Amino acid sequence: MLDARIPDGPLDEKWQRHRFEMKLVSPSNRRRFRILVVGSGLAGASAAASLGELGYQVDCFCFQDSPRRAHSIAAQGGINAAKNYQNDGDSVFRLFYDTIKGGDFRAREANVHRLAEVSNQIIDQCVAQGVPFAREYGGLLDNRSFGGAQVSRTFYARGQTGQQLLLGAYGALSRQIQAGRVRMHTRTEMLDLVVVGGQARGLVTRHLVSGRIARWAGDAVVLATGGYGNIFYLSTNAIGCNVTAAFRAYKKGAWFANPCYTQIHPTCIPASGEHQSKLTLMSESLRNDGRIWVPLGKDDARAPGDIPEDERDYYLERKYPSFGNLSPRDISSRAAKEVCDEGRGVGPLGRGVYLDFADSIARLGEDTIRARYGNLFAMYEKITGEDPYRVPMRIYPASHYTMGGLWVDYDLMSTLPGLHVIGEANFSDHGANRLGASALMQGLADGYFILPATIGHYLGSASIAPIGTDHPAFDEAEHGVRERIDRLLAIGGRRSVESFHRRLGNLMWEHCGMSRRAGGLRQAIVETQALRAEFWEDARVAGTNESLNVSLERAGRVADFLEFAEVLCWDALQREESCGAHFREEHQTPEGEAARDDDRFAHVSAWEYRGVGTKPVEHREPLVFENVALATRSYK
Amino acid sequence: MNFTLVVWRQARAEETGRMVEYRVEDVSPDMSFLEMLDVLNEDLIVSGEEPVAFDHDCREGICGMCSLVIDGVPHGPERATTACQLHMRHFKDGATITIEPWRAKAFPVIRDLVVDRRALDRVVQAGGYVSINTGSAPDANSIPVAKHDADVAFQAAECIGCGACVAACPNASAMLFVAAKTQHFARLPQGQPERTRRTINLVEAMDREGFGACTNHYECAAACPKEIPVRFISDLNRDFIKAAAHHGRFGTLPPQGDLEE
Amino acid sequence: MGRLDGLLNTSIGQKLALAASGVALIGFLLVHLLGNLTLFQGPEVMNAYAHWMQTHPLLWAGRVGLVTLFGLHTTLAIRLALENHRARPIRYAAGLRSQDSTFLSRYIVLTGLLVLAFLVYHLLHFTVGAVQPEHARLLDEQGRHDVYGMVVRSFGEPAVAISYLVAMTILGLHLFHGLRSLSQTFGVNHETYVGAIRWAAGGLALAIVVGNASIPLSVWLGWISL
Repeated sequence: MLDARIPDGPLDEKWQRHRFEMKLVSPSNRRRFRILVVGSGLAGASAAASLGELGYQVDCFCFQDSPRRAHSIAAQGGINAAKNYQNDGDSVFRLFYDTIKGGDFRAREANVHRLAEVSNQIIDQCVAQGVPFAREYGGLLDNRSFGGAQVSRTFYARGQTGQQLLLGAYGALSRQIQAGRVRMHTRTEMLDLVVVGGQARGLVTRHLVSGRIARWAGDAVVLATGGYGNIFYLSTNAIGCNVTAAFRAYKKGAWFANPCYTQIHPTCIPASGEHQSKLTLMSESLRNDGRIWVPLGKDDARAPGDIPEDERDYYLERKYPSFGNLSPRDISSRAAKEVCDEGRGVGPLGRGVYLDFADSIARLGEDTIRARYGNLFAMYEKITGEDPYRVPMRIYPASHYTMGGLWVDYDLMSTLPGLHVIGEANFSDHGANRLGASALMQGLADGYFILPATIGHYLGSASIAPIGTDHPAFDEAEHGVRERIDRLLAIGGRRSVESFHRRLGNLMWEHCGMSRRAGGLRQAIVETQALRAEFWEDARVAGTNESLNVSLERAGRVADFLEFAEVLCWDALQREESCGAHFREEHQTPEGEAARDDDRFAHVSAWEYRGVGTKPVEHREPLVFENVALATRSYK
Repeated sequence: MNFTLVVWRQARAEETGRMVEYRVEDVSPDMSFLEMLDVLNEDLIVSGEEPVAFDHDCREGICGMCSLVIDGVPHGPERATTACQLHMRHFKDGATITIEPWRAKAFPVIRDLVVDRRALDRVVQAGGYVSINTGSAPDANSIPVAKHDADVAFQAAECIGCGACVAACPNASAMLFVAAKTQHFARLPQGQPERTRRTINLVEAMDREGFGACTNHYECAAACPKEIPVRFISDLNRDFIKAAAHHGRFGTLPPQGDLEE
Repeated sequence: MGRLDGLLNTSIGQKLALAASGVALIGFLLVHLLGNLTLFQGPEVMNAYAHWMQTHPLLWAGRVGLVTLFGLHTTLAIRLALENHRARPIRYAAGLRSQDSTFLSRYIVLTGLLVLAFLVYHLLHFTVGAVQPEHARLLDEQGRHDVYGMVVRSFGEPAVAISYLVAMTILGLHLFHGLRSLSQTFGVNHETYVGAIRWAAGGLALAIVVGNASIPLSVWLGWISL
C-alpha cells in the first residue's frame, strides 16, 4: 500500500504544521545544493525562480527556444483563488470542496486543501509581479464565475491568463538567470533520468541544435514537464507537448498514477482534414447562446441552412431537457461522439456537430451576440473561413488536459526519492476531473510555494552522497540514450513518424477516449503493441543526431507515446467504474450518467514499470475522506 | 491547390544557405500554412530527404514560436495573424511562395527557417521584470490600479515575443519589443521603483545584442500579430529622455548571467 | 561614464541627437526662409538685410556653427544608417514588402544626401558665386552686394529655377518625415493631441517648402523682376 505521508492534524492545520516540522536548509548551505528543473511552464519557471531566490543552484531545461513559450501560455480562462473579494460566500474550504467534488472524489483531501490555502498567495504574488489582471473601474481586481462555479473566484487577463501568468514567472526566472543562480538550457530535451543508490541524481539531455548528449548531476530533480494529452495526436496541446520526461522517470522507477484520467473539452474547432495537426479550443461560454444539433438522418450532405427544422436533432435538449446545451463537459462530449458514430456528424470528416446561433441572433440581435462572442467568432472564421453569424459553427470534443501523472506524496516527491514532480506532470490535485481555472492555480501553487518548501526538507534530511557525472550510472544512462537514438535513425522504413502518431491517436481516441469499454481497451492494448512493432520496423527517421533534427525529436516522443499508451489502457481497464472524465460504458446509470463505485475504487492507482509490453504492476493509495461526504452529481 | 515553394535551406549555422524550390500538391485550402509545410516535410522524409526545419509549437497563435517570412512579410500577408493561424485559402492556387527565416544579426539562423532568438530573452534578463521574491507580496487588492492603466499595460503585455517586429523592421530594430516590455511595467504602480533603471538597462541590452535603431518606419506594428501599437515606442523614448534627464545611470548594465552553452 | 556619453552611446540617444540637430536645422531654415522672403519687399529691403548680415561681426561664428550642425546631423545619420544596415547582414531574397512604412521614411537617407548635394550647389551658387559668376558679384546703387539682382537674374534662367524647385521638393520630403516623426521620437504622444501635432508638423514642412519655392517660381512666372 502506498503511503502519501500526509501530515497529522486537522485538515486546515496540516500544511502549517508540516511547514514547521519540515527540515530546513540554512541560507548559507543552500548554494551547495544543485537542483535540476525540467520544464519552464508555470510550474517549472515558478519553481526554478523561487529556488534560485532561496539561494539554491538551479539548472532549468526546456525544449523550446525560450522558457516563455511553454504551453501554459495557451490557457485562456483564468485562475481560481479563494480571496472572496466579491463577498459572495467563497472561502478556502469552499474552493477545497468544489475542487474535490469537481474531481469526483478521486483526489487527496490534504493536497487539495493546501492548494486552496495557497491560492490566495498566488494572486498576491502575480499582482506584485505586474501581471495585468482584469480590473474594475475602482481599480481593484475583477472576478468572474467560471466553469459553473457558484461564486466568482476566477481572476483573469482577457483570454490570455496563462500567457500573462507565465510571463510573470518567466520574469522571475529571468531575474534569477541574470543573477547567475539559474542556468537556463533552452532547446534541450531530457532523455533520461539518472538514478544512483535509489535517488534521482541527474539527467541525460540532448541539445536539439547540436545533438550533443550531456550529463547533469544534481542533488534533486524536479519534473515540470506537463501532460500527455498529445497521445491522442489531435489535442489542444502544443505540438511539442510529450510524455517523454515523465515516461523516462517511470521507466527508472517512478510510479505513474491514474493515467486514465484524461480531460476532453467539448467545444473545439473540428479537424478539417487528415492533415490537421492540432485542434483549437473555444470558450465553453459559447454554449450559453448556441444550440447544438445534427441532422436527423445519416450522411446528410445538405448545407445546414437547407435542413428544415423538423429534420434536425437537438440531441442535448432532447436527452437532457433541464440542462440542454449546457450539460456538463463530459456528457456533451460523449453525446457528440455518439451522434457522429451513428453517421450523423457534420463537416468534412463527419466529426462535428453544429453549434447554431441563428435563434439567439434572431432573439437578441447580431450586435448583442457580437458583443458577447465577437473575438471567438473572429477566431473561428480565421481558422475555418466560415462566418458563424451566417452559418452554424461546427464543434467537436478534443483532448485538453490530463489529470493523471507521476505519483507524488504530500511533499510532491515521487516514489523515487529526490524526484519531485509538479504541475500537470503529477497527478495530485484534480482527481478524476479538473475544474476550469484550476490548472494554472495548481501549477503555480506547486512551483512558487509548495515545492520550494518541501524540497528543502528532502535536501535537509536525506543523505545525499557527492557524485560527479563520471559515475557509472551516468555512463549507463547515456549509453541507453545513444543506443536508442541510433536505433531510431537506423530503422530506415518507409513511413513517417507522423503517420504512426496519427494512427496511435485514432486508436486511443476510439478505444480510450471519452468513453471506454473493456473489450475496446483490450483490443487497443493488442493493437498498440502491433503498431509499436510496426513503428520499429517501418518508420523513417531522416538525418543524423548531430544537427537540428525535427524528425528524430518527433520519433523519440512518438516511440514513448507508443509504450505509454498501454499503461493508459491498463489503468482504464482496471478502473471498473465511471468517475470524472473516465467513463466506462459498462458502468453508467440507466440515464447514461457516470456510475462511481466508491467501495471498490476510492483509491489512486499507481503503476510500476515492469518492461516494455509487460503489464505494469498496480499499487494502490486509498483515498480517505474525513471532511467531505461523497456525493453523486445529477444533471437531469 | 498546388504551390511552388521557394524555401531557405541551410544545414547548420556555420554553413551558407540557399533558396530551394519545391512543389506541393493537393493542398487543402483549410490547411494552415504550417500544415502545408507538414505535408511537404512528410513527402521529403518518405523520399529520404531531410525535412525543412521551422519553429512552431502551440499552433494557435500565442506561443510566439513560429517565425516565417512569407513573400517578404513576417507571418505572411494576413494582418494580426501568426503563420500558424494563416490558412492556405488566402493564397492563389498555383502561386509561388517564398519562405525565409527572420533576418537579423541578432537572430542567427540555426537551420533552415529556425533562428536563435535568445537575444530577446537576454534583453528581458537585463531587467524586464519587477524584482520581487516569492512570498514577499502584499495583498493583491492593496494597490488599486486605474482600469485604463491596467488595460494599457495589458495591451503592452500581449507581446508574444515572436520577433516579427525585428524581422519586419528595415533596420532590424527591436524597439517595439523593448517598448512593449518596458511599457507593460511603466503603466503599473508595481513597475515604478525600477522604471528608470529598467528603461536604460533594456535599451542598452538591446543595443548590445546588435539590433538596429528605430527610424520610425512603423513596419513593426504592421507585422505584429498582436497589433502592439508604435505609440509604446514613443512612450519608451519619453521614458528614456526622463531617465537621462533625472538620475539615470548609463553603462552600468550588469554582465550577462551564467548562460548555457 | 558621463551621462551625455552614456546617452549618446545608445541607439535612442543617437536618434535623439539626430532629431535635435534636425530641429536646430529647421530653426535655421525658418530664419533663412524669412530672409529669403524679403525678396518680395523689393531690392532695397533685401539688399539691406543681406548687407547687415554679411557685415555682422558674428557672421563667421554663425557659419561655423551651421557647418558643425550640418556635419553633426549628417554624420549621425550616416552612422545610424550604417549601423542599421549592419543589423541585417543577410537581406531577404524576396525583399521586405512594405506595409506601413512610406517611401519618405525608407528613403530618408537618400533625400538627406540629395539635400546635402543641393546645399553644396546652393553655396557654390549664391555664397561662393561659382555657378553663375556673371550674376554673383554685382553691386547695387549704394555699393552693396546686389543679392536681389543676383537671385532674380539667376532664376530667370529656367534650368536654374527648375533645379531649385526640384531641390525644394526633395527637401520637403525629407522634412515631412523628419517633422512628423519628431513627436514620436521625443515621446510627445498624448492621445488627444498627437494627431493635431502631426498635422502641424507636416504643415510646417509644407510651409518651408512652399515659402522657398515661391521665390524661383515668382521670378520664373515674371511676378518678380528687376
